Amino acid sequence: MDKVYTNNEYKKIVDKVSPNSPIVKNITRAFFVGGFICIIGQFITNFFLNRGASRETVSSITPILLIFIAVILTGLDLYDTLGKFAGAGSVVPITGFANSVASPAIEYKSEGLILGLGAKMFTVAGPVLVYGISTSVIVGFFYYLLK
Amino acid sequence: MKRLGTQTIKLENPVSIIDTASIVGKKEGEGPLASYFDYILEDEYWGEKSFEKTESKILYETINKVLQKSKKTSSDINYILAGDLLNQCISSAYAIRDTNIPFLGLYGACSTMVESLSLGAILIDGGFANNVIAVTSSHFCTAERQFRFPLELGSQRPQTSQWTVTGSGASVLSNDGSGPKITTITTGKIIDMGIKDANNMGAAMAGAATDTIFTHFNETCRNIDYYDLIVTGDLGHIGSNLTNNMLNKIGVNIEQKFTDCGILIFDKEKQDTHAGGSGCGCCASVFSGYLYKKLKEREINKLLLIATGALMSTTIVQQGESIPGIAHAISIENL
Repeated sequence: MDKVYTNNEYKKIVDKVSPNSPIVKNITRAFFVGGFICIIGQFITNFFLNRGASRETVSSITPILLIFIAVILTGLDLYDTLGKFAGAGSVVPITGFANSVASPAIEYKSEGLILGLGAKMFTVAGPVLVYGISTSVIVGFFYYLLK
Repeated sequence: MKRLGTQTIKLENPVSIIDTASIVGKKEGEGPLASYFDYILEDEYWGEKSFEKTESKILYETINKVLQKSKKTSSDINYILAGDLLNQCISSAYAIRDTNIPFLGLYGACSTMVESLSLGAILIDGGFANNVIAVTSSHFCTAERQFRFPLELGSQRPQTSQWTVTGSGASVLSNDGSGPKITTITTGKIIDMGIKDANNMGAAMAGAATDTIFTHFNETCRNIDYYDLIVTGDLGHIGSNLTNNMLNKIGVNIEQKFTDCGILIFDKEKQDTHAGGSGCGCCASVFSGYLYKKLKEREINKLLLIATGALMSTTIVQQGESIPGIAHAISIENL
């Protein structure tokens, strides 16, 4: 038999019958969870500032602690549950980046420490690093010229 | 002549499915069909060190179970036809390594269960075998690893995505014995509807399902009245909807007798499985568990089973290709 629809007609029908993600719900949750993670970050920052640490030291301590917490939560099989609930809210902060490195590390451990864990650890975060670093080099170059 | 048309054959001596066995994962065991499966896993590892080894063990144990239930030994089996979703069909190969049975490995993505039943029936009707085992498997964790993201990655699944069934189903086909019989076989063509979204497999397969169902009716000169139930493998909610839509458009209405293994196996609302179940193990476990028992109890007497597959490879989809679909049909009847 011939196709009932052409591929273009079919695509339109598929779009019509495929349910969209619940955007309002997802955005609301992302806002609150993402905000909450930032509050934790702010709390850590204030805590160390009040104890006399320099701003420069604190700006290292805060991400280190957040990354640490996120990796522990990933290992405890909790961060994916949070991610499912919060979506971008737990992907965008630095904790999401930590999760994206820790999760393939756990996943590919079964293929050994070198060809598994070592080689596959950056399968998700790799592109972010490549393009993030490349962009910052370009921006840095223009900043240097304009300064 | 056994051929009824370009794609359909009629077996001269219908082949009996003398027994079936199924083993499924924990989540499937929490679904509506739980009571029909032979064994339900307590966790996703089942004492193994990796998910791939677990899937292989599921397939191996399903073969043992079906041998035991059908009172056959491995020396009674002439061929084992098996397949799964993993590269090089490792779940099948490693499971069958220790069985000492001649093995033919198959790949038809999620359509493999009916592909193996079809070929098994052809081998027996052709006089080349007395007993054949048809078996397939899939595992949620191995499929996620191969096709998508790491399990612990905190991301949201799109509403169109399907949940790969952890499980396996096996059937023993025989030229001697009672049980529901395979009577006709419609082998599918590859139909590509141009879908590129790996998170919407139902849409990628619906065109193939439509084509095979329509061709089957045409070439067997049957219609919806002939069957008690028409069941597809893993179109899920979206794929089933699209298949109904396309069949209606060409004047075939099967809606009142139509369902899908991917819809049956999970409770969509309670289990958060979005568009439904999928995977080689979906059709295999639902057929071997639920549908076979309904046939045995004669609640269903004429079943059209259509396993659907999305022939997806992440490599070529990333290169911009679309996902081809395929669907194979067999009719299983109490004669």
